[in-house]
Amino acid sequence: MENEAIKEPGEYTVLNFGPAQPIMHGALRLKLKLDGETIIGARMEIGYLHRCFEKMSEQQTWHGVIPFTDRLNYCSSLMNNLGYCNAVEEWMGIEVPPRAQALRVFFNEMHRIMDHCVCIGPGLVDLGALTNLWYLFTAREKMYELIERVCGSRLTTSFLRIGGLTRDVAPDFVRTAREMIDYSRPFIDDVRHLIEHNRIFIDRTRNIGNVSYEDAMAWGYTGPNARASGVKYDVRKARPYHGYQNYEFDIPLGTNGDSYDRYMVRFEEVIQSYRIMSQVLDNLPGGPIAADDPRVTLPPKNQTYNNIEALMNHFKLTFDGIQVPEGEWYSFTEAANGELGFFCVSDGGGRPYRIKVRPPCFAACQSIEKICVGYMVPDLTAIVGSMNIIAGELDR
Amino acid sequence: MTDQENITVQKLRENFPEEILDVGGRPNDVAVTVRRDRIPDICRFLRDDPDLSYKYFIDICGVDYMEMEKTPRFAVIYNLLSFEKGHRIRLKVLLEESDPAVDSVIEIWKGADWFEREAFDMFGIQFRNHPFLRRILTHHQFVGHPLRKDYEHGRRQLCTEVWDLEFD
Repeated sequence: MENEAIKEPGEYTVLNFGPAQPIMHGALRLKLKLDGETIIGARMEIGYLHRCFEKMSEQQTWHGVIPFTDRLNYCSSLMNNLGYCNAVEEWMGIEVPPRAQALRVFFNEMHRIMDHCVCIGPGLVDLGALTNLWYLFTAREKMYELIERVCGSRLTTSFLRIGGLTRDVAPDFVRTAREMIDYSRPFIDDVRHLIEHNRIFIDRTRNIGNVSYEDAMAWGYTGPNARASGVKYDVRKARPYHGYQNYEFDIPLGTNGDSYDRYMVRFEEVIQSYRIMSQVLDNLPGGPIAADDPRVTLPPKNQTYNNIEALMNHFKLTFDGIQVPEGEWYSFTEAANGELGFFCVSDGGGRPYRIKVRPPCFAACQSIEKICVGYMVPDLTAIVGSMNIIAGELDR
Repeated sequence: MTDQENITVQKLRENFPEEILDVGGRPNDVAVTVRRDRIPDICRFLRDDPDLSYKYFIDICGVDYMEMEKTPRFAVIYNLLSFEKGHRIRLKVLLEESDPAVDSVIEIWKGADWFEREAFDMFGIQFRNHPFLRRILTHHQFVGHPLRKDYEHGRRQLCTEVWDLEFD
């Protein structure tokens, strides 16, 4: 920097980065103040994808919110379903049957892998490594095929219901799921081998965008971003839900909190998710897939058609919705990006009075305008890519 | 209520006896309602006390109780986590409709920045001493606060101007 011509005070270049810039991973705008190619200031504008999730939720029944939650983090829609359903179930004290819990955990981990594929793949494309995207998206496509077989849709599944699942899986599910695992796993390993010791990748990401242990907590980082900074916090271990305490898995931790660590923590989490998925398939329990609780579950169809109480229950649940007891509570699960929290207020009626989502990447995204200062413009690519900003949950 | 959360409530009672209005919630999700005037002091105490160490910032959000006919009308909820001690607390501050303002906690946790801006945008709650309290999710030309209960959910506004983002 010494060779550069000294500028007059206040003289700098302004560069608008986004909202239609491909590396911004969804529409967000960053206005940069540049001295040469070094960033000396930044200001971010978000909200381009704001769809009033919280206001719309207040107009729906408690069940009607589930399709909206799909559209929060659309790369891992089922994890949002799980976070929301878990929040309502926890408050109402509904016991989800073991088979539904195990299947939820399976698909949850599968979506975690898919989400990490979306973070790593396009993130590497931004850094100039195109091959990895095709490898990772082939693996991801195999998972989409499986979820399509199970629930008929791919991106936005709405597969969960409060108290269980929409439907059971096919009898050959365990076989097809194992095929999916055997098919997709080598692609992930290949990508890891391609980049782990890759000189260019290391040069582009090592010591870029470092976040210290204290800063990670003060900014509210959760999930892989926090773990890359050494914060050993994972909701699945800290407050297990859905029987996560019964599965063996490790929490990968980074040491430097730089972009390299954030990518590598995600790679390791993918491996751990495969471990959990295999354990679920080894011990998949039988039994019902929805809680036997007339407050939340629709009666079976043969009952609805032949018995007046079941018909009335069906009618009430469909039109009035689930009656959630009055109160307010906060419930949280570990989504792909970190702690996905739902703060709910119920007035005792069939509609949510207030639902506040605590999206994990909102906390991480606000720090970008501070931590990118001092780096070069190409480094910003590595920082934004490694944070995994998903505009759907950022803007809601 | 777990032991650790008892300690939090107990310590708050010892140090801020005047400030605590109510303790509620459920096990593992304790809610403490406090007066609004000393909220930065309470937050700093929660963060710095070695037995509590709520260094982890989780969430800030607003609530409008208009249709539940509670007074005061607004509330601000602070969700905090003490990762080292493994406990959580939910602080709640009630705000009158005539003066929905509370001091910002951005000095204590940097992460409060955008969450306070969001609560301002959605409910019109003023966070005093926030350095850049501007709309965040809605357009800068937008009028009103959309999550207030008296904002009709179908009402639309035409916003066309580009925001010339200013630096500090």
